Amino acid sequence: MEKKLLFANIDDPKQPEIDTYISKGGYESFKKVIKEMKPEEVIEEVKKSGIRGRGGAGFPAGMKWSFVPKDSPKPKYLVCNGDESEPGTCKDRVLMEHDPHLVVEGMAIASYAIGAGHAFIYIRGEFDYPASQMRKAIDQAYQKGFLGKNIQGSGYDLEMIVHTGGGAYICGEETALLNSLEGKPGQTRIRPPFPAVEGLYACPTVVNNVETLSNMSLIIKNGGEWYSKIGTEKSTGTRIFCLSGHVKNPGNYELELGTPMSYLINDLGGGIVDGKKLKAIIPGGSSTPILTPDKIDTKLDFESVVEAGSMLGSGGVIVMHEDTDMVWVAKVLAHFYMHESCGECTPCRQGTKWLHDTITRIYNGHGKMEDIDILLDLCDNIEGKTICPLGDAAVIPIRSTINLFRNEYEHYINHKKPLVENKFMSFVNG
Amino acid sequence: MILSDDSVDAIKKTTARYPHRKSAILPGLTIAYRQVGHLNEDLYGEVAEVIGVSKNEVASAATFYTMFPKQKVGKYLIQVCVNISCGLMGAESLMEYLLKKLNVKPGEISEDGLFTVVPVECLGSCTTAPMMQVNQDFYENLTPEKVDQILEDLRKKA
Repeated sequence: MEKKLLFANIDDPKQPEIDTYISKGGYESFKKVIKEMKPEEVIEEVKKSGIRGRGGAGFPAGMKWSFVPKDSPKPKYLVCNGDESEPGTCKDRVLMEHDPHLVVEGMAIASYAIGAGHAFIYIRGEFDYPASQMRKAIDQAYQKGFLGKNIQGSGYDLEMIVHTGGGAYICGEETALLNSLEGKPGQTRIRPPFPAVEGLYACPTVVNNVETLSNMSLIIKNGGEWYSKIGTEKSTGTRIFCLSGHVKNPGNYELELGTPMSYLINDLGGGIVDGKKLKAIIPGGSSTPILTPDKIDTKLDFESVVEAGSMLGSGGVIVMHEDTDMVWVAKVLAHFYMHESCGECTPCRQGTKWLHDTITRIYNGHGKMEDIDILLDLCDNIEGKTICPLGDAAVIPIRSTINLFRNEYEHYINHKKPLVENKFMSFVNG
Repeated sequence: MILSDDSVDAIKKTTARYPHRKSAILPGLTIAYRQVGHLNEDLYGEVAEVIGVSKNEVASAATFYTMFPKQKVGKYLIQVCVNISCGLMGAESLMEYLLKKLNVKPGEISEDGLFTVVPVECLGSCTTAPMMQVNQDFYENLTPEKVDQILEDLRKKA
């Protein structure tokens, strides 16, 4: 069900001001950790909460922090990932815009836990307003003595920097993000070494998503055990879901993990527009497999969505009604992955273009029946053969549309036109 | 020198904040792009000099990131998101509407020098589709009436 933890104050227009944030108990968790807790105790509390990363991969956050070597003589860094480029996803932007101190405090807590003296928030370049909100919040935190030297007399020093990128999807992948932060093209690094050991400037680095870090103040305030009781046993806490596409009330909704998808789409989203029938759902951003309407009662938690044949991913739930041409969907997404491939790995660089060109040929009425098998063959030759998961991500929507809607590809090829013509809520008709 | 004194100062201040100066390349390019409207070889050299890195390092970053236009654009760069969520809500119609209204092809500058319209990939505004970005500002939940008003306001402001 809807449970507003991160969104508790999202509608308060004064929430971005530090005085408002402090008046509601803000920065108390950070003060508590720097004055009363050892870094390993903070990590232990986060482990107890069971929180898993909200960026897409779902790796346990506390465990990630514990991989940072304590005895390393090198400086340590925290990087908050606010790149947010997965189609269908716009949750981090909401947090940065409307409750930036929640993000700052989470970053400060995580920095203390891993022993970082510098924290960066990497925000995609197009997000000018979220970046300005974060800059303002950080400036205010410096003024109030929550950042800088000897914070609150604790002896702990922390510098925090807003870094804006150049609008490349690949920079959401943590190693590409680190290269980008170092001023290089955003190409990925082979792991190991993992960033926890050798990350930014070849020093130990933790990269966490904005939403993940926004939970830290609550976890410290209420305890890891409290947090672990929200959600399901293995998927603890809440999750912000971005509901978009053919629903009456699109928006960002915070739900307890384990809430049925039907509640999100029908109850909060108001159901499908124009009384149309539901045709397909992408549950976790464009790089997750498509689900059909029979899966609408799937519980939104990491395990249940995998069991249903997809992934929770970034929490971007994209809804499509009966008038959606699935070859068009494949074409749009193939273009995205072709455009966003960093070009480092040949299977991805060449393969995504082949995928796009082949689908476009079918879409334009020049396809041959063997093109469908060529597409599947291409998918096999990209998946698992690249340094980062962008290649896999490119394959997923294509294979998914073929497996679930092969008849639409065949109709295009046989009749040189779509089986279902896109009849969307037209922009021009309002 | 193309960069203004303000831009040079801003790049210097940004550079000083980072533990390693190379990290200032993207923020430096952003400052330059916002002043000029697009990037070119001369700007790569100027940004490199202010930061204290090689021109090649700046150029290799600049050419990787598609957010920075490399050719002259209109005073207002209109970027229309045509990815999946916006597409489902009529982004293709929005694109057609703008091109027709401004009498341009994608990437061209309108006759009055004010507008350039380009399609772009997901801008992270999925729940408020369809949308477009004009320079740094997002405009969301667009309708033809809203677009007309936005264009009129921009013309007045120019």
